[in-house]
Amino acid sequence: MSPDVIQAILITVVTAATPLLIAALGELVVERSGVLNLGVEGMMIIGAVTGFGAAQITGSPWAGVLVAIVCGALFSLPFAVLTLSLATNQVATGLSLTLLGLGVAGMIGEQFVGLPGVRLEAIAIPGLVDIPLIGRLLFGQDPIFYLSILLAFGVWWFIFRTRAGLTLRAVGDSHGSAHALGINVLRVRYLAVMFGGACAGLAGAHLSLVYIPQWVENMTAGRGWIALALVVFASWLPLRVVIGAYLFGAVTIAQFHAQAQGVAIPSQFLSALPYLATIVVLVLISSNRRMTMRNTPASLGKPFVPDR
Amino acid sequence: MHKAHVAAYAHLSAQPIDRGTMTASASEKTGPTPLLLVEGITKRFGDLIANDAVDFDILAGEIHALLGENGAGKSTLVKMLFGSLKPDGGRIVWNGEPVSIPNPSAARHLGIGMVFQHFSLFDSLTVAENIALSLEDDVPLPTVADEAGRLGEVYGLTLNPEALAGDLSVGERQRVEIIRCLLQEPSLIILDEPTSVLTPQEAERLFETLDKLKAEGKSILYISHKLDEVKRLCDRATVLRHGKVVAQCDPRTETAKSLAAMMVGEEVQAVRRTHDAPAGDDSGRDIVLGVHNLDQPPIGPFSTPLRAIHMNVYAGEVFGIAGVAGNGQSELFEALSGEQLQDNPNAVTIGGTPAGRLGPNGRRRLGAAFAPEERFGHAAVATMPLTENILLSRHASDASAYQSGGRLGMLRRSALGRTLSRVVDAMDVRKSGENPDAGTLSGGNLQKLILGREFDRRPRLFIVNQPTWGVDAGAAARIRQALMDAATAGAGALVISQDLDELLEMCDRIAVIHDGEMSEPLDARTVTREQLGLLMGGAEPEKHHGVAA
Repeated sequence: MSPDVIQAILITVVTAATPLLIAALGELVVERSGVLNLGVEGMMIIGAVTGFGAAQITGSPWAGVLVAIVCGALFSLPFAVLTLSLATNQVATGLSLTLLGLGVAGMIGEQFVGLPGVRLEAIAIPGLVDIPLIGRLLFGQDPIFYLSILLAFGVWWFIFRTRAGLTLRAVGDSHGSAHALGINVLRVRYLAVMFGGACAGLAGAHLSLVYIPQWVENMTAGRGWIALALVVFASWLPLRVVIGAYLFGAVTIAQFHAQAQGVAIPSQFLSALPYLATIVVLVLISSNRRMTMRNTPASLGKPFVPDR
Repeated sequence: MHKAHVAAYAHLSAQPIDRGTMTASASEKTGPTPLLLVEGITKRFGDLIANDAVDFDILAGEIHALLGENGAGKSTLVKMLFGSLKPDGGRIVWNGEPVSIPNPSAARHLGIGMVFQHFSLFDSLTVAENIALSLEDDVPLPTVADEAGRLGEVYGLTLNPEALAGDLSVGERQRVEIIRCLLQEPSLIILDEPTSVLTPQEAERLFETLDKLKAEGKSILYISHKLDEVKRLCDRATVLRHGKVVAQCDPRTETAKSLAAMMVGEEVQAVRRTHDAPAGDDSGRDIVLGVHNLDQPPIGPFSTPLRAIHMNVYAGEVFGIAGVAGNGQSELFEALSGEQLQDNPNAVTIGGTPAGRLGPNGRRRLGAAFAPEERFGHAAVATMPLTENILLSRHASDASAYQSGGRLGMLRRSALGRTLSRVVDAMDVRKSGENPDAGTLSGGNLQKLILGREFDRRPRLFIVNQPTWGVDAGAAARIRQALMDAATAGAGALVISQDLDELLEMCDRIAVIHDGEMSEPLDARTVTREQLGLLMGGAEPEKHHGVAA
């Protein structure tokens, strides 16, 4: 294979990985606050359909991106109200959010089926894009790709280098202690859940404005679940999410290339690979319990009810 | 609400107040303005009145004790002072100004700091991060570490700021809490049962720190039910019983006995020593529990490994294991109860039979009985009625009594009901209704039931972890008496406890567990508290104090 072919393949990998990366970073922040939101898939598809629709109506892909972010965050609100203010079971509520999202998106999207989409065009950074081998891969991408890289470092910096990030980790570690210190646990969690929703919305917009610029029902195709697995795979560390996202993106792309090359691997096996990899990683990291405890939010999934 | 107040006050004045006491309002008239004055504070949880028109005051530069049994309402009162709970009535006056304290942050702004009973540290964060979180401002971590080091030096609280809180000993965790509190420069520091998890030596170091703080003019509200330390430390004491102030006194002029009488409201019956195991000569007695070279790797990241544990518990004796919490007590209990199996069947023998490969039911069938530390989630299920809770531990060892129909395993409810009434009578379990859910029982009554269901089997071996933790004095005395009576009747009892007084009162021999290693057993009649305290601290003071800051 020539270097150009390799670069072309890598570009498809990066494009496939970007929505995974963004959604997983959002969910990482949510889980670091001690909330398990299984509704990523639902919030993502809401982002995809509203982003597509807004771009269609206004003709501006950027309006689509913005609307997708806002709608993703708004769509996470029912989950936040139920699990945080009313202390419902997070797993059940998250699953319902996914089902609700898929249904609502299908309903909104009916009018968009078959319409040509508006593509968010790539931005080539002058000069750098001409570097051989990596130029187009790193500097000739869509704007959401650049944003995802900034987001990864931003989330890392926020969690480990700021006071607010310390508060977030504290809430995820022990909400009772955080409350005793006077931290507004529910406020932190509301903000985290909405950030997660906004990220999932942006990830959805990437799907319907960059990856496949059109609306197809169920177009997220399980990517929200891969993002969830990715957070565990990365043991709640943002920079590991980056590695994991590109790894999982590569597996997704490998399916297509394997089929094109006529390799006799069942496509179902390849689609299952990210989840298998997550299980393997879970087994591996559980052998280093200390490391796990340092990064696993101890109050993950536990509802917090303050004394009155 | 007003009516309720009047009624409560009427009750108060009708209460015979012990000699040498005065009410808060009297001291207010004669003395200087108190730093904190609490008037008629009331808090209800449903039908329960946790605090009933409580009055008291704290002067500047005094150590004031809040005394009372578990459930007397001390924690509720303190939570209201610290803004974690909202009072239903009454007022709080701070430096002469009436204030409301809606949340902990408001309390800190006033100058009230709190060191919690159950340390509220974040296990996955470092010491410096834990401290930084409690500061209002965004202070860079290196500055926090420096400041913590400086305070640590002044008050003798050395700490490594880089250490993970989850890896610290209980004493070290408490130091983090205290430093965290001091950094806010409070004028009133609330300490909730601070010595309940410390060795006597660690406690003494804490007292020196508190004396220093007092000398600087800070006030301390010291919550405890340990009378000796209140007498050693405090200038005044307010005694709570059933949510009401029953006495105020100068603890230094009282005896431990008179303080206890105020707390409990009656004379606490001393436990009668009904047996004395013959000393020295072990040859003629049966070994009911043998432990030989029991090793166990740590089960979780914060668990302690067990190292070459060796002991024999003889029929007719009470064998105590002392130690500061988190030194392997739970792990040892789980290894002995069969929740953790051993590789070598001979590592644990019960009545001479190898039991290392047997689970809890197998060991129960050999005549052993177990009562773990956590009452809910380990010993009992809150949402199940008492009869089902009895069945939980006895379904296999007493299968013939409670099940019929062979493999069908039909429950014999009448037999369970009879067992429940036997247990209730034997242990004086106070309950509401015939067969209520376990969750409705108070801690002391539930513990009596948990131990009673085991005594009812007449086991040969009794293994219990923290038998009277969080239990009121009356119930605790009953539980200790029952354990000693069982030993008199020929059973062997292994009691794991943090309460040295309890062990010295009950046991024939006491060993100390520290960092998963067990000391040689010592004769309980001759051993001193100091000896035990040194062993509890690892008998290496340097190791304990020498963590570089």
